[in-house]
Amino acid sequence: MKNIITVKDLCLWYGKHQALHHIHMDIPKNSITALIGPSGCGKSTFLKTLNRMNDLVNDVKITGEICYDNQDIFSSSIDVNMLRKEVGMVFQKPNPFPMSIYDNVAYGPRTHGIKNKVKLDEIVEKSLKDAAIWDEVKDRLHKSAMSLSGGQQQRLCIARALAVEPKVLLMDEPTSALDPISTSKIEELVSVLKDKYTIIIVTHNMQQAARISDQTAFFLLGELVEFNTTDCLFSQPSDKRTEDYITGRFG
Amino acid sequence: MNQKIANKRLIYVYIVRALMIISTLFTCSLVVFLIGYVLMKGLPNITWELLSTEPSYITGKIGILPDILNTLYIIIAALCLVLPIGVGAAIYLSEYAKNKKIVAMIEYAAETLSGIPSIIFGLVGMLFFCQFLDMKTSLLAGALTLVIMNLPTIMRTTQESLKTVPQSYREGAFGLGAGKWRMIRTVVLPSCIDGILTGCILCIGRIIGESAALLFTAGSAHVIHGFLSGLMNSGSTLTVALYFYAKENGEFEIAFAIAAILMILAFVINIGVTWIQHYYKKRRAL
Amino acid sequence: MNCNKHVVEKIIHAIFLLLGFLTIACVLLITFYLVISGIPAIREIGFFDFILGEEWKSTAKVAKFGILPFILTSVYGTAGAIVIGVPIGFFTAVYLAKMAPKKIKNIVTTAIGLLAGIPSVVYGLVGMMVLVPGICKWFNLSDGASLLAAIIVLAIMILPSIINVSITALEAVPKEYEDASLALGATAEETWFKISVPAAKSGIAAAVVLGVGRAIGEAMAVMMVSGNAANMPSIFESVRFLTTAIASEMSYSSGLQQQALFSIAFVLFFFIMFINAILNYFLKRDKER
Repeated sequence: MKNIITVKDLCLWYGKHQALHHIHMDIPKNSITALIGPSGCGKSTFLKTLNRMNDLVNDVKITGEICYDNQDIFSSSIDVNMLRKEVGMVFQKPNPFPMSIYDNVAYGPRTHGIKNKVKLDEIVEKSLKDAAIWDEVKDRLHKSAMSLSGGQQQRLCIARALAVEPKVLLMDEPTSALDPISTSKIEELVSVLKDKYTIIIVTHNMQQAARISDQTAFFLLGELVEFNTTDCLFSQPSDKRTEDYITGRFG
Repeated sequence: MNQKIANKRLIYVYIVRALMIISTLFTCSLVVFLIGYVLMKGLPNITWELLSTEPSYITGKIGILPDILNTLYIIIAALCLVLPIGVGAAIYLSEYAKNKKIVAMIEYAAETLSGIPSIIFGLVGMLFFCQFLDMKTSLLAGALTLVIMNLPTIMRTTQESLKTVPQSYREGAFGLGAGKWRMIRTVVLPSCIDGILTGCILCIGRIIGESAALLFTAGSAHVIHGFLSGLMNSGSTLTVALYFYAKENGEFEIAFAIAAILMILAFVINIGVTWIQHYYKKRRAL
Repeated sequence: MNCNKHVVEKIIHAIFLLLGFLTIACVLLITFYLVISGIPAIREIGFFDFILGEEWKSTAKVAKFGILPFILTSVYGTAGAIVIGVPIGFFTAVYLAKMAPKKIKNIVTTAIGLLAGIPSVVYGLVGMMVLVPGICKWFNLSDGASLLAAIIVLAIMILPSIINVSITALEAVPKEYEDASLALGATAEETWFKISVPAAKSGIAAAVVLGVGRAIGEAMAVMMVSGNAANMPSIFESVRFLTTAIASEMSYSSGLQQQALFSIAFVLFFFIMFINAILNYFLKRDKER
């Protein structure tokens, strides 16, 4: 399988505090990668580095290399906005914009220059269908997105991310704020989405990682302790710390 | 195609950036110009003689001591009244009032009050204090008018700092068997002192800057009085004096001198408020 | 002993209650006085003659009390101040709330605080000495004291409230919205203007309405630069506002003339109450969200 993202020797500091230590990781195309580890272990930081959302934090220093599609994302020739278009993101807390459902989904394409109404309608419908929420909202596209339930809001956020046609989807604990039913809907959705997209998902929930991911990365204290196929990592972890974590000895 | 869109977006970014920076620069240069101009025109005209004498038709010289004193008297008189009333009202709202409707009504009244233009306060002050209560045009009538005007300010700042008093303090005091009044005196009041102080300084600033409300209530005399007799007599504050010297008498040097003094006072008050808030924030954090 | 304490508590409660209700009493007092002193003149002159009369000749032999010129001047003056002041204030607010480095932000907000603290007579004085001669020269007029001068002074005077209220509203926009927009590949500027500003629109609207209230209620600064003649408003004419109409004649008026001034105050009060109601609507909507 072809790798879409390759990370080489990535280190990251917030001020004087080093949050990531020498990370190496290859992420194959059209797969689901789960990032697990106790809170504060750097998995979210790592995720946000992949689409350079960490640029927004003051006093961040990054060394090493991340190649997306064979291009170094930190090189000056990269347009950050185009990178973020290609590498979409879904956040922990559902964060739809305070506007209509339609406008939420159309915001991305509009930003990237699509003004044609027919085309926008098409994109909105397709994205909402892909995010498995079309049937629930098709009659109220012009109602406020705030009126949706938490689970629906999160799927709307996924639709919004899909609308700009990304190649990679980063998900930062997308189900941690949701109830079990909404969670299982999102999990289902993620498994379907992998046919078209590469998905990297941070999760607190090890069952979730085991259920949906192809490979799993275990982070601890800013280090990538182990990265392997999900089956291997959960059945025969090679590192003692991984074993302790997945058997629930800490975390 | 893509390049075209990218260019369009870039142009948008540059335009709004330019608009923001130009607007901010304009605002800043306005402040610099206003302060610089007034100080430049005013400071050279501030002399000890101006500050320490009263105007005299015999010598034809102008002094602003009476106006300074009047301003001081009116501040003292207004603060003495507005402080207990405003703080009391704020305490009522946050400690006593249980009915949400009443709270909303009082808060709405305070908001309304803070939106009424000062000229209307002046007019009603004239009708009520000067005519109905027969105080004539006097500093006292002016001060009372200012009390009504500044009530919302003190109420708001006090209320805001009351909100930051943790509920556990109150419970702690009750737990020790203190009555409500004792709890307020020993726990609530001391911890909202910063709000009261901020309100005080803001009020002083507003009183110093006020003119329209005082025109018909406090009058425009320039005679030196003691505190009590001053309150009973008509007298102009610095701002009112500025207005008359500039508009009616064409004494622009004097007007600029007063303007410079007002500007410096405004500056000091601004620093005072910032300092108090900073100081108490730090103390709270400890 | 215990009973005594109870009585004291009751009395203190009553005192606080009284202080709390004093605010309402003040509002009622003001409304009451404006109504009873404002109605007689309107009745005597006739409502439509008063509101829609185009001539104000309070001291002529056959006195005329039409306040349409004042109403229109106040409306035009306020509108002009908003047209100039709001865009400048708005862009400054977005810059300070979103783009400015912390140091610059601190310095500029302090400067704006200073601007807010300057007494209105000082604005009037500077307007009188700089703006009025300037307008006189640029536009080749015989007198620069005009509606234009008043508009410019008002625009400057409402800047601080517009900027401060807008900044508060913009800063209250949840960071999650902005993150989501950036993650979709929007630039920072696109995010501020297409996400943050719409999300803060109630607060920004409140800022504008607050500015309207300030502008329509301002008396002294306007009196010093607007020339004060009771003309129908025109940009280069000397004009009189509702506020300045009251202030300029109150000191020597009597009889019907004075009562007519009270009626003007009543009209002004009506305007302000209307604006307050709008302001409250926006603030409330903001809170609910």
